[in-house]
Amino acid sequence: MDNITTQHLANKLLAMADDELILAHRDSEWTGHAPILEEDIAFANIAQDELGHANIWYELRQALTAEEPNQVVYFRDLAGYRNAQIVELPKGDWAFSMLRQYFFDMLEQVRLPTLMNSSYKPLADAATKIRAEEIYHLRHTYTWLKRLGLGTEESNRRLQNALNELWPYAAQMFVPVAGEYSLVAADIVPAPTAVEAAWREQVEPFLTSIDLTIPANWPTQRPARSEHTKHLATLLADLQEVARFDPQANW
Amino acid sequence: MTTITTDTIWEALQTVKDPEIPVVSVIEMGIVREVTVDDDLGAVHVKMTPTFSGCPALDVMRRDIETAVRELGVTAVTVETILTPPWTSDWITEEARVKLKAFGLAPPPCHGGNIEITFFDVVPCPRCDSKNTSIRNTFGSTLCRAIYYCNECQDAFEQFKPL
Repeated sequence: MDNITTQHLANKLLAMADDELILAHRDSEWTGHAPILEEDIAFANIAQDELGHANIWYELRQALTAEEPNQVVYFRDLAGYRNAQIVELPKGDWAFSMLRQYFFDMLEQVRLPTLMNSSYKPLADAATKIRAEEIYHLRHTYTWLKRLGLGTEESNRRLQNALNELWPYAAQMFVPVAGEYSLVAADIVPAPTAVEAAWREQVEPFLTSIDLTIPANWPTQRPARSEHTKHLATLLADLQEVARFDPQANW
Repeated sequence: MTTITTDTIWEALQTVKDPEIPVVSVIEMGIVREVTVDDDLGAVHVKMTPTFSGCPALDVMRRDIETAVRELGVTAVTVETILTPPWTSDWITEEARVKLKAFGLAPPPCHGGNIEITFFDVVPCPRCDSKNTSIRNTFGSTLCRAIYYCNECQDAFEQFKPL
């Protein structure tokens, strides 16, 4: 792989890893606060899985850039984060967090099968590993959304509110990173437009089937992944505080 | 020093357990994939693969594998984590399945690569073998466990999740 392609792939892996890391952090905020104990356990498990997946992507990137994952996570400033804004939003209510998790699970569901055939073998291997675990996530969020959408007037209303808020952010998940199209041309990653189309094809009929109204506006003008909401700063302050308190500490 | 062969290494690794399931070895779980010995250098290389990728026991197992090999007198040990082929619960040996059940953990059904076909399987209670059980949570106390309820025992039990 030439230097330019390596740099582009490192960009893409960073975006994928950051998405998983930040989502895992938000999911973990439900630990001790979920509506029932079983859900507390389930969401903590999902958070842990996403953190494991983040680590896989950071390690793949490390093989290209020699940057150590703990350094990248704990000692990189906000300006260097490349996660989509959707994962950094505060956890909201249960409907909000479940819908966000479903959106992300569905992104993985449509993207991983192509990544499994990536011409970059380590990426293909990692995608194959991750996909098996994701089956449990999607099954969980899919069932919850059905329950909320088709449940009571209140659960439907809350889910609809979550949808109205999350929809424009969902569109930003598909914004390509710098150089992504050269990776597409090399059969390393799928085209973001194809992933986006496949995602909407799965998500929209499902949301309609659970009595939700799809918001009219699917934004075409979307912020780059270098742009963040005000919420990422507080999240990173929380995430990085202990590591930065004593950078030399070992445990 | 006795000669180190791959056989002696495999034998030594039988003592290394998964810390979350201390009754089965990393070999019985299918976590250790390959052992090679470089006869000229006396160096040992072990390839292992994670069960669930977020498994917090992974680093402990990596360290324990290395220690077990060093205890044989080997000084040059490398333990490599590989992701392919991805770990599947189908690799758990028959002996280990018996041990899991005795430990109170229902063993995972074999699925041949398609986890979804197991979702309708009846999971017998590891205590009383009753099939009158129901799932409570596909997520449990660790990444690799699901929670079931036995209507005969009137108590919960855990299953090692198919992966």
